Amino acid sequence: MNFTLLITVLVTALTLVVAAYIVAKLIGPRSYAKVKGEPYESGIPTRGSSWLPISVGFYLFAILFLMFDVETVFLYPWAVVVKDFGAMALLSIGFFLVVLVLGLAYAWRKGDLEWK
Amino acid sequence: MFDFSIVTQWFDALLRETLGLGDFLSILIECVLVGTAILVGYALIACVLIFMERKVCAYFQCRLGPMRVGYWGLLQVFADVLKMLIKEIFIVDKADKILYLVAPILVIMGSVGAFSFLPWNNGATILDFNVGVFLLTAISSIGVIGIFLAGWGSNNKYSVLSAMRAAVQMISYEVSLCLCLITAVILTGTMQMSGIVEAQTGPFKWLIFQGHIPAIIAFFVFLIAGNAEANRGPFDMAEAESELTAGHHTEYSGMGFGFFYLAEFLNLFIIAGIAATVFLGGWAPVNIGIDAFDAVMNYIPGIVWFMGKTFFLVWILMWIKWTFPRLRIDQILKLEWKYLMPMCLINLVLMTVVVALGLYIK
Repeated sequence: MNFTLLITVLVTALTLVVAAYIVAKLIGPRSYAKVKGEPYESGIPTRGSSWLPISVGFYLFAILFLMFDVETVFLYPWAVVVKDFGAMALLSIGFFLVVLVLGLAYAWRKGDLEWK
Repeated sequence: MFDFSIVTQWFDALLRETLGLGDFLSILIECVLVGTAILVGYALIACVLIFMERKVCAYFQCRLGPMRVGYWGLLQVFADVLKMLIKEIFIVDKADKILYLVAPILVIMGSVGAFSFLPWNNGATILDFNVGVFLLTAISSIGVIGIFLAGWGSNNKYSVLSAMRAAVQMISYEVSLCLCLITAVILTGTMQMSGIVEAQTGPFKWLIFQGHIPAIIAFFVFLIAGNAEANRGPFDMAEAESELTAGHHTEYSGMGFGFFYLAEFLNLFIIAGIAATVFLGGWAPVNIGIDAFDAVMNYIPGIVWFMGKTFFLVWILMWIKWTFPRLRIDQILKLEWKYLMPMCLINLVLMTVVVALGLYIK
């Protein structure tokens, strides 16, 4: 039943958006003009495309995120059994955490955590 | 405590045995009812939150807020929603039309999905997986993709910049959000939402009491990271009105914009709701170990406790939003990667030590 409910929830979200779109299409006004179709840039005529190369700083943080997010995924199943394992839990995860902290320290030392 | 699953079981038996419907038909009816309940709850809470935000903001700035539509401005939100619903949905010529239309769906999916995980009452959790908290963080991060697609698909320079900022901010803060939840899971020993709340029933069993220092640190870090995750408050770089007009939803009109607005408010509620569930005991009442007092507190329904705690946290987050000035992007990233993340990792080890040595309140 659990997964049926998950699908129900996602279908509900889909229905909400699609229904509102349809209602708006049916009762909303419609008009078109060349100027109306231009992107809004505070009244200044648009030049070129907006899909330009973006500062590499964003990608550095995305890569760091990837590393630490996968780490958290590995930590979840460990966290559930800490109570049963007691002190052994800390020892068993210790090496994993040390490697990760070293990774963070390396990124910090290299200046990757600075916004450039 | 009143167990809501009695009602659902009674209803299930009513459909299957009394009315004699088949498996498929009864499950279909139940699913439609659950879907309707989610939509009604979602819309109602969104209306309450939007009204609350406007009034709270107004009173913080010594204004009155909306006063004209209805008594004390009570009908303002409904008027706004109606207005939004009858506006034209307009797509910019150069936009990537598919991404542009898909973006609100993803944002709403992430938001509604996370919303369904909240435990409203004993036995009234819609999605109650044994990997609850884990799946919750997974589903709620679908919203990031939606916001990114919205900004990128609009083909507007403000939107693209805003999308990049929103993405880098939300993924950064997700790490500490997850680490705080893991800190809590260590103490509860389960990821199931109902299990987490059940671990907190009893005298002084709320996680912030049970886990004292590490749990309180995790609670505050969770609130800060959650505020950033919901793109609100001092962390609203992504839609900084003074520099990026409306950010990633600049090019959206009518209900397209309405959905981003809705999801933003609901994400605030979800963050407050998860914080209330995981750290403040969800529907678990205040118990102090004195029978008479506990009996009176247990008499108050769980949903009142849950809503009370959640709206208290919502109010605190609104207070933060209308008090602090906006952070710059380098400050936002510095706060996360140089302060909150190392703090969360140390806190995780601290919590493990506390649990391993049995120093928590049993």
